[in-house]
Amino acid sequence: MRKIGVFVCWCGSNIAATVDVKQVVEEAKKMPGVAYAADYQYMCSEIGQNMMKEVIDKHNLDRVVVAACSPRMHENTFRRAAEEAGINPYLVEIANIREQCSWVHKDKEAGTEKAIALTRAAVAKVTLNSELVPGEIDVVKKALIIGGGIAGIQSALDIADAGYKVDIVEKTPSIGGKMAQLDKTFPTLDCSACILTPKMVDAAKHPNITLHTYSEVEKISGYVGNFNVQIKKKARYVDMDKCTGCRICTEKCPSKKAKSEFEEGLKNRGAVYIPFAQAVPNVPVIDTDECIKLKTGKCGLCEKLCPSNAIKFDDKDEIITEEYGAIVVASGYDIIDLNKFGEYQYDHPDVITSLEFERITNAAGPTNGKFLRPSDGEKPKKVVFIQCVGSRDKTERGKSYCSKICCMYTAKHSMLIKEKYPDIEAYVFYIDVRTPGKNFDEFQRRAVEKYGVQYIKGMVGKIFPEGKKLMVHGVDTMSGETLVIDADMVVLAAATKAKSDAIDLKRKLNISTDINNFFTEAHPKLRPVETASAGIYLAGACQGPKDIPETVAQSSAAAAKVIGLLNKSKLVNNPCVSAVDESLCSGCLACTEMCPYDAISYKNIEIDDHGKKIKKVVADVNEALCHGCGGCTVTCRPGAIDLKGFTNKQILAEVDAICH
Amino acid sequence: MTRTKIIPDKYEKDILQIKKISNEMINDCMQCGKCTAGCPAITEMDILPHQILRHLQLGQFDKVIQSKTIWSCASCFTCAARCPRGVDLAKLMEAIRLINLRQKGNDRLKVQNIGQLMTDQKMPQQAVVSALRKYSK
Repeated sequence: MRKIGVFVCWCGSNIAATVDVKQVVEEAKKMPGVAYAADYQYMCSEIGQNMMKEVIDKHNLDRVVVAACSPRMHENTFRRAAEEAGINPYLVEIANIREQCSWVHKDKEAGTEKAIALTRAAVAKVTLNSELVPGEIDVVKKALIIGGGIAGIQSALDIADAGYKVDIVEKTPSIGGKMAQLDKTFPTLDCSACILTPKMVDAAKHPNITLHTYSEVEKISGYVGNFNVQIKKKARYVDMDKCTGCRICTEKCPSKKAKSEFEEGLKNRGAVYIPFAQAVPNVPVIDTDECIKLKTGKCGLCEKLCPSNAIKFDDKDEIITEEYGAIVVASGYDIIDLNKFGEYQYDHPDVITSLEFERITNAAGPTNGKFLRPSDGEKPKKVVFIQCVGSRDKTERGKSYCSKICCMYTAKHSMLIKEKYPDIEAYVFYIDVRTPGKNFDEFQRRAVEKYGVQYIKGMVGKIFPEGKKLMVHGVDTMSGETLVIDADMVVLAAATKAKSDAIDLKRKLNISTDINNFFTEAHPKLRPVETASAGIYLAGACQGPKDIPETVAQSSAAAAKVIGLLNKSKLVNNPCVSAVDESLCSGCLACTEMCPYDAISYKNIEIDDHGKKIKKVVADVNEALCHGCGGCTVTCRPGAIDLKGFTNKQILAEVDAICH
Repeated sequence: MTRTKIIPDKYEKDILQIKKISNEMINDCMQCGKCTAGCPAITEMDILPHQILRHLQLGQFDKVIQSKTIWSCASCFTCAARCPRGVDLAKLMEAIRLINLRQKGNDRLKVQNIGQLMTDQKMPQQAVVSALRKYSK
């Protein structure tokens, strides 16, 4: 007979308000094998844990059931406490009577009844639990960063400074990301390039950092400490080692029809191009869709002119395979497609997005920093900013969340205009101004108080082009006045959204995304930079809208987690993995087909069948790869596979106990 | 200027009825004013469209039912198409008009005259129903 201890937690009033904990204790005492049962207000507290340890010792308990919150929350806490009291930690079971009882039920009687049933199931299961000992796995001392924006660069620098090797995989030809496109940064109005480009150069020069630009993550397998990653290095058609960055090719390229991605389409670029002046690496790339030589076989001017023979038209995509111990996802964000907002006339050249505005005010941008209308190059007199375009929009056109950064950058934009050209009138249509960061509200108020930017609480309903003007029809909801402003330019603060390929990346990494396709953290408060998959961390706006200070803070936090992981010589393995009963296995290998982690292969064994030697094929589980999902156990027709800690016997005992 | 005292439950029944007829979520509105900004009929209105919604949120049914606005609304649905919160204000206006008619109880077009109208085969039925309601004020 087992000696099981049952501990029922009140969780303050979280559980006790809807579950009669005393009654659960009384019922638990009657369950088979239960030698002791008690309740306590906060089992997870130090006093609660000590109480558990004392009772285990005093009553010589050999198994423990804690009826409390979700095992996600405190299973480890109680396993550790049990271990300290001398019991194998896998002889502890949690009955989740908070999330599954009190939080979902209002009726105390029904809640109590369910709590008793769940406790009974846990007792039935723990009776059959066996001692499990975790194995150890090695850690590859190298990290992978997906995305080379400010988030990826910061993480990489922090990890590299701690002495570990880091690879950055960046999809575009240069690192720098969105921040490289910005003119100034709030709330200090630092020049964005001045604070970013030195970091880009640091990353490129750091002996521990390797850049894989114009590259994509193709396939990821493996597990924490031992990720196996295939990286596709797209054909650049320019030899990175030979190229000196002289730019003769980019200047002489006869194909100049492509819209520059970096200039947000406001300027054309050649088929062979360097995205921007401070690009890292400062090596051009040939756009296969635009290059005359690659399309028709004619031209090849760049090849003839290149003084260092760096152009190679026979370049091919290359796939390299690398091993990593940890991965940081820093893939960034996009802005929404504005073509659905017909009333704002985004197809008009003088209606621009905020990111286009950044390029227009940037000294290195298409207008050399002069604030001019894209349509005719004239200086505008009235500029209207419209906030929340697609943000806080519950319809299918927009995004239901607040994009968080627009209030601040719109204030910044209006100030930049007023600073350079005090005679230009600036109007900002807003619904609410949200500026809760450090020195943020002061910044926005400065736009109003010092620079005289007109803030109008209300939305714009429609924009009609009339001659050279854009008639902006809006309302001041405060005064109830409807307004028409004859603007020369309109700037739309478009909503941010997750990258369109976030879902692809999520599948490759086996991590999760929220309803808006932003990557989900393991816990919104206590584990904000980790994913639910061990060894994979998040940084920056791929997790949700973020400004630069927040992105940098999170990137360093992710780096700290990676350093903590890489610093370990061995990792402890989860012992709840599947095991094959070779005498029952028929060798059908259906389990290998279904395993999502490629953890099951097969092996040939020889068995002694009543004195006769028989050779047979059986499934073989790689315990390091197994995540304990249990898929194989239900696929197995002869019932030869069991999940340790969750055996068929244990699960059936639970079901029996609930149906009791 | 008169001060309005908000008595939250005074018109609870009427507001509930508006919600029931229109099936719209009044509290989804965050008062951005885009409905007003794009409305082609505001020159004829005494209360602006977004203000109608605000009055509904505050439970001031008397103000909306007495307003000219509900009769000026042309049901063009521009507000509904552009609302970032998915609130169909045109539907709400129609619900308020309906309640007004129901409470007044006398239609401009008398039911007994319908037969006469219907002998004209070219008269669309929808026009008859509209006349019954819309011109009754």
